[in-house]
Parts: sequence; C-alpha cells; structure tokens
Amino acid sequence: MTRTEPNRSRSSNSNSGDGGSGGGRTTGMRVIVPLQGVVQGRGGLFLGSVIPCAFFYFLQFYLKRNRKNDDSDNSGERNSSSSSSSSSSSSSPNSGLPDPTRSQSAGHLTELTGLPRSLSRILLSPRNSGGGAVSVSGRVNCVIKGGGDSSPYYVGQKRVEEDPYNDLGNPDGVIQLGLAQNNKLSLDDWVLENPKEAISEGLSISGIASYEPSDGLLELKMAVAGFMTEATKNSVSFDPSQLVLTSGASSAIEILSFCLADSGNAFLVPTPCSPGYDRDVKWRTGVDVIHVPCRSADNFNMSMVVLDRAFYQAKKRGVRIRGIIISNPSNPTGSLLSRENLYALLDFARERNIHIISNEVFAGSVHGEEDEFVSMAEIVDTEENIDRERVHIVYDLSKDFSFPGLRSAAIYSFNENVLSASRKLTTLSPVSSPTQHLLISAISNPKFVHRFVKTNRQRLQSIYTELVKGLKELGIECTRSNGGFYCWADMRGLISSYSEKGEIELWNKLLNIGKINVIPGSCCHCIEPGWFRICFSNLSESDVPVVMNRIRKVCETCKSQN
Amino acid sequence: MGLPLMMERSSDNNNNNVVELSRVAVSDTHGEDSPYFAGWKAYDENPYDETHNPSGVIQMGLAENQVSFDLLETYLEKKNPEGSMWGSKGAPGFRENALFQDYHGLKTFRQAMASFMEQIRGGKARFDPDRIVLTAGATAANELLTFILADPNDALLVPTPYYPGFDRDLRWRTGVKIVPIHCDSSNHFQITPEALESAYQTARDANIRVRGVLITNPSNPLGATVQKKVLEDLLDFCVRKNIHLVSDEIYSGSVFHASEFTSVAEIVENIDDVSVKERVHIVYSLSKDLGLPGFRVGTIYSYNDHVVRTARRMSSFTLVSSQTQHMLASMLSDVEFTEKYIRINRERLRTRYETIVEGLKKAGIECLKGNAGLFCWMNLGFLLEKKTKEGELQLWDVILKELKLNISPGSSCHCSEFGWFRVCFANMSENTLEIALKRIHEFMDRRRRF
Repeated sequence: MTRTEPNRSRSSNSNSGDGGSGGGRTTGMRVIVPLQGVVQGRGGLFLGSVIPCAFFYFLQFYLKRNRKNDDSDNSGERNSSSSSSSSSSSSSPNSGLPDPTRSQSAGHLTELTGLPRSLSRILLSPRNSGGGAVSVSGRVNCVIKGGGDSSPYYVGQKRVEEDPYNDLGNPDGVIQLGLAQNNKLSLDDWVLENPKEAISEGLSISGIASYEPSDGLLELKMAVAGFMTEATKNSVSFDPSQLVLTSGASSAIEILSFCLADSGNAFLVPTPCSPGYDRDVKWRTGVDVIHVPCRSADNFNMSMVVLDRAFYQAKKRGVRIRGIIISNPSNPTGSLLSRENLYALLDFARERNIHIISNEVFAGSVHGEEDEFVSMAEIVDTEENIDRERVHIVYDLSKDFSFPGLRSAAIYSFNENVLSASRKLTTLSPVSSPTQHLLISAISNPKFVHRFVKTNRQRLQSIYTELVKGLKELGIECTRSNGGFYCWADMRGLISSYSEKGEIELWNKLLNIGKINVIPGSCCHCIEPGWFRICFSNLSESDVPVVMNRIRKVCETCKSQN
Repeated sequence: MGLPLMMERSSDNNNNNVVELSRVAVSDTHGEDSPYFAGWKAYDENPYDETHNPSGVIQMGLAENQVSFDLLETYLEKKNPEGSMWGSKGAPGFRENALFQDYHGLKTFRQAMASFMEQIRGGKARFDPDRIVLTAGATAANELLTFILADPNDALLVPTPYYPGFDRDLRWRTGVKIVPIHCDSSNHFQITPEALESAYQTARDANIRVRGVLITNPSNPLGATVQKKVLEDLLDFCVRKNIHLVSDEIYSGSVFHASEFTSVAEIVENIDDVSVKERVHIVYSLSKDLGLPGFRVGTIYSYNDHVVRTARRMSSFTLVSSQTQHMLASMLSDVEFTEKYIRINRERLRTRYETIVEGLKKAGIECLKGNAGLFCWMNLGFLLEKKTKEGELQLWDVILKELKLNISPGSSCHCSEFGWFRVCFANMSENTLEIALKRIHEFMDRRRRF
C-alpha cells in the first residue's frame, strides 16, 4: 500500500499570550508589554475568540487526516497480531509501505521503464521479505477467533475424529455426543432395497450435468414441501414455489442474514442457542447477534419481557434490531414452542416491525407425545400478508434423513422479495445436481417417507427415554425434550465452581476421563453454567449403558474431588 | 407487556408497517438485469431445437462445454455404475458418504483434483492437495476469496473486458468494488503496465484501497491465454504494491495447444520467497473443462497458509456434496482417462473454434485471435452507426430479434471499445453451429445489398 499523503504541518498557534521567552528580560518586556496592551483591550477579545476557534478547527482537521491513516494502519496491525501464529506472515505494522527509499512519483516512472530488470530484482532479492506480509481482510480475524481451534466445539470434534468409538472395533474410543448425525437409522435400508434408484438409473450424465435453476429443481422442491407438510402432520400445506434450496442450513441462515439485515444491525437470539449462529449469522455479513438469556427457572422458555428489554437496550445503544431467530424444536433444549409463545412472538415482531427466522430443521424429528410441533407457518397461515412476509423458515433435509454430507437445506418464505434475493444468492451455495436427482428419487416415494418418518420418531423416542432414565439414576436431570437429537442436561451438581471455568473443567473430565464428547452450555451461550448438550441420535440402544458407565465414572471422580 | 412497549410503538414503526429488507437484498449489484442475462430470457422463451423449433433462438451466450460429454459417459458406463456413484464400496458406502461433512473435503478427491490440475499444466507446476479448498463452484470460490482478501469498500483491479458474473460474485455481498484495468484492441487486449498503474492510481485518487488484482487466464470473454511476460509483470506489480494476485484458471483445460498456456503456478513454482508466493491464489472448477457445471465443483488453491485455513472454514457455507466428491474422485485420479480426455477435448474445441472463425471470416467478420475457451471474441464494430454503448446494444438487439442468436455484447463485459461480442460455440451440436453461421451469412449478405 502506498501512502502518498504529504507531511502535514500542524498549524502553529504559538502566538498566544504565553510567548516572549526570548533572550534577556528587556527583550521579553519588549514583547510582553505591547502584548498586554493588545490582550487587555478589544484586541484581546478578538484574539481570545479567534485563536481558540482557529486552533480547534486545525486540530480537528489534523486529527481527521490522521485518523484515516490510523484506520488503514490498524487493520494492518490487527492482521499482523492475528497472524502471529501463522508461520508465513511477518508482523510488521507497516504492512502496506513500499520501499521508503524510493520517492513516490519518480519511483513509479523508473519502475515502468525498468520493468524487465526489476522483475528478477524483486523476485530474487530478499529485501521484500522484510517489507511486510500482504494483508488479508478484517473478516479473517473473526473467522480465526470465532472458529478458534481451542473452542470446546472443535477440540471435542477433533478428539472424536482421532479416536472414534466403535462398539466392536474400538470400544474405548471417544463417543460422539456432540454432533447430530443420526446415522443409526438412515437411508441405508432404502438404498439397499432400491439400488437402481439410488444411482439414478436411466439418467445419463448429460441430463444432470448442465446448469440448472440455481434455487433447486422443481421436483426436489415439491418433494421437500411434501416432507415439510408431513412433519406438521398436515396442518400446513407448504408451497414448493416458496422454497429456495441451498447447500446446508448454515448457508440458509447466512443468506437470510444477508437479506434481512444490513452490516451493523443485529438479530435477537434467545439462548441457549445453536453454537453455529456465531458463524452463520456473523462471519461475513457484519450482522451481530444479541443473546437474550432464558433461565432454567422458566424451563428455558422465552420471556417476552426479557426480549423487550433486550430490544430496548439495543435501541439505546444505537443498534437496529432487524429480526429474531428462534429454533423450534429448540437446539439445544429440544423443547417445542407452544402456540401461545409463537403468537406472542408474532405480536412482538409485528409491533417492532421486524422479521422472524424460525429454524425448524428438527421438525421431522419430533419424538415426544406430550406437546405438538407447531410451525411458524401455521401461525401466520391465517394472518395478513403484511405479517406473513416477516416470517422465514429454515429447513434441513440432512437432519431428518441423516445426509449431512449431501448438503441440502431450504429456505421457506412468504416474502417474494426475500425469495427473489435468496434465489440469486444461492447461486453461491447451490445443491449439486446429481445430489438433487438422488434425493428426488429417495423422498418422492410417499410410502417410504411415511415409513421412514414413523420409524425415525419411534427410535429417537426410545433412545431418549433410556438416556434420560440413565442420567436420572446418576442424579442428572434433563429438561423435557420433545424434538430433535439433544438432551439438555443439568450437571450443576458436578461442577467444582459455579462458573464457566468450572463448566469447562467438567467438560474436560467428560472428554478425557469419560471419553465422551458433549457440548458445554457456554458454547450455546447459556447464561447459567453447568448445562451440557448431549446428542443421542448417534446411539443405538446398546450404546446407552456404555455412555452411562462413562458418565458414572466421571461423577465418581467429581464427587471424590469435591 | 407493560408500559415500555407502549412508549416504543409509535417511534419504532415505519409509516407503512411493511417489514424492510436489507440493502443487499434490494440492490441490483447482482447484475442480473444486464443484457447478458436478458438474452438468456429470450432463449428460455423460444429455445432452438433442431427438429421441433428450427427457427428458435440459438443460445450462444452460455459458455458451456458439451463437446466431450460422450467421453465422460463412456467412462462412467464402463466402470461399475454403482461404484462410480458411491465410490468403491457401492451402495453400502452410501452411509459414510452421506455422513461426511468435513470442510476439509475428501482427501482422495482433493488428491484427484491436484493431480488433474497438474496434468492440465503438463506437469510444469505441482499442486499440494492440502492447499486445495473445495467450494460449490468457481462462483463461490471467487466470492470466498474476495471475502478473505478484501474489506468492504476496498477494491480489486480486474482487466476489461471481464466475465459479467464478476459484478455479482466479487461485489454483491462482499461490498468490495471492482476498478477496471482498461485493455483495448491495439495490443490484442493484453494488460499493460501503464494500464495497471493507471487503474491503481484511479483507485487511490478516489481514496479506495486496492487489495488485489484478479485475472482470468485464459480470458473470458477474449478466449485467449495471458502471455507469460504479462503474468510476470503482474506478479511484479503485485509485489511492489503489496497486494494479492488471483488467477481464475477455469478454462485452463480448454486451451487448444497445451504449450500456449502459462499458469501463474508455473511462475510461482520457481520462487522461494514466501512473501511473494503467499499473495498468489488460483481458482479452478470442473464446470468448463469437464462440462459439469451442474455438479458445482470449484476450488481455491492458495500459497498462503492463512488464506487456506480461513477459506476452508468459510467453505462451510458452500461445501461440495460428498456424493459428488466420491463420484468424481475415481474418475479424476484415473490418469489414463484424464490424459486422453484433456487431449481430445482440446482438439475438439480447436476444431470448433476454427470452424466458427472461418465461417465468420467468410461472412466478412473478424475475430480476435484466440487460442482457448469455449467462445470467440467477434468484432462487429464496423457495423455500428455510432460506436457507443447504445449503438452496440441496438445491434445486439437486432441480432437477437432478427437472427435469433443470443450472443453477449461487449458492454456487459465492461469492454471500453464498442462493437465486440462474445460468441459461444461449445454448447451446441455441429449442425446447430452451421445453422447459426448460415444465419449470420444471410444477415451480412442482406446488409451488403443495402
């Protein structure tokens, strides 16, 4: 980066009355006396007002010029400090300066004519390696900090990958209870029964290779809409033309963040929430997330009063709230939002004129029988257009069908402008076409879908029940979960100190002594320490006792230490 | 809810109570209103078909490679079809396939990509599979790199004419600007050091910080490779200004003669100075060379560890389907097949190119001398009454409505000279190409008579 601003001279206002430091006293008197005369008279009034104003003006001018340089310097410095861990960049704060020995304008001219020679000179000379590393954007810091390798989320994941549990092959391995993969019941059965469909028989490569509508094939959208309808037990009929398909729920959330908020705005997110929002909402959009804490005393239900307060506080800080993101069934607690709650939420959004993003990726995995799943789509079904247009639903085939690798999620919206923008944005994160064709064959078979959904729910419920029972025997209570793959477990009794530190200590014990990977509540931004998210969809019935034993071991360790 | 809510209500609501969208959502930076996309619409409404609609619009605005499909089909049929879809384990491999969601990408697939990219460059450069980051298409790769290399309101320098999609891919969500490096026909649209400096200065004068130069090599829409000397000058320039160099080499496998292509990877290969290397990034995709745009397989290859790490994490938003990775991994690592494919693909494209250029020459139309890609850069400046953008668009409209040919006007590629058009020739059968040429001949004859 060349900086061509010339040196600024600070305007000197040293002609204010404190001059006269001259030589001897007589010289001093010769200056002071007339000055006194001036200062005491009308002249003094004049000078007294003009000089400070002039000084103030020039000071502002100088500071403004300087600030511009500081900004470009600052980003360079930030990058330098963040890249101190990277071996390749040198942390010079002047990462943009060219060789200072060259004068600016003359330098350019000589460079032009001398190019053929200077190429080898620059490439071979070591001079430039000290000149500073080329800088990257400020976003990089966000990514490196946020996706930090030291976060429990990533550390645990890595441990599982290095030493994965297998009931036969590796019984002492780390059991994955952190990530929802749902791999015990999968499309395997269907694929084995229908291998031909699975490989898109009869579909030559030219039929699937060319450019296709960026937001997904109509047939796939119809199939997805059908599945979403089924998940609500037919109380809502989803319209395929209001769907935009994209490569993953992360992408769906990010696209919606880009569409509904400008950089500097924020979304309200009740916590505990999905750990993914920090990345999906914030990384590239410049949109912030304001956590609205929910408490165990309320069963982690949203309180409208607290929401309201958060909104008001943000407004006072000058942050414009553009929407609220809820997950239903909830990640991590697994609870289903009641109809009353959803109506209250709509009222809140209507009064504030903001959007609602309803993350319903677990809609197809409702396993409890006590509460019913109510989609936000059902709530706005009978509302005015003006309110339907503020609701946007995120759905993810991967969660319900156990294909996270196939990257296929959807945005469902009643807002034509959002759909139009999303359709264009999803060209940057589309679903691969052979995948679309495969999915079409897989889920367009209604009999199969019905059977799959039913079996899935039954299995999840039985595993969940076993797990909760086992935890209870160990003195660990869970919140009531009716949907999704998670147990939200209260391990406050096991932590050494009621703080995040205590929670992380326990998490460490669970990982290293118990060899299970669970997600600590702090990753979900839970305001109360000691809660843990346990994913049970990876487990089969026989795995549950193994998990219980592991946790028991940790409990005993904790008790003996406390 | 109480008092605070009541107080806020009137001041929070907009006048009409309709919920607002973001600036990104309502802006037209996506560029989809340009003629580039409008022509596609005309084609969609009246598409040419050899038998059913012989007078329909022939799509010559889409750079898609259909000349070598048969090679892919034969290959996939010969190998076990189940194996090709799911990898060597067949259907039971589906489960592992479906579960895989690591943003590192399948190692076998990355190795296959690295090997394929090396082959295209005739082994003149090595690619390390661990520096490959997978994205769902080159579109996503370009946007991702822009997010990483530049902040909002910074700029990338891009030589004109350039691919119209860059306006969206580089600018829309990133907030980054494009400052054009003006190239003209006096030297076959090659980038000159003067043009580079001038573009850089333009940005500086507007108080915009330049973060890098992004070139397409071979160039879209010119259909020509960038000379080695120019690449060296570019790298030199980037080192001097301490900025990045991104080389979109999506058409590298479509160069008619392998010897005429120099990749920036070759130049960097012999450089040890890390501070020089780490500013170079390459974008590649299988969409053009293999003719598989629907598969959405793109990659960023960077010599900068920081960029690789960040890109990998950010690629979470745009991962390549694991099924696709499996499907292509075995195909791309079959060196015998890829060598044959690359060779035959190049020959066929060259033949097509020669056909169209000859055909146009007979009609009295000259093209820029090209040696790569799926299109030619045609000069119709002599047909313009007024060498202005309006004049060019008028001519484009005539060609679309009268000749029923959808070609891309140079202005949508931000070309500073008017009258140039990009004509794609690889997304149709040879017959269709003949028909298109016939229409052009007839048009030119008609014009000569008047």
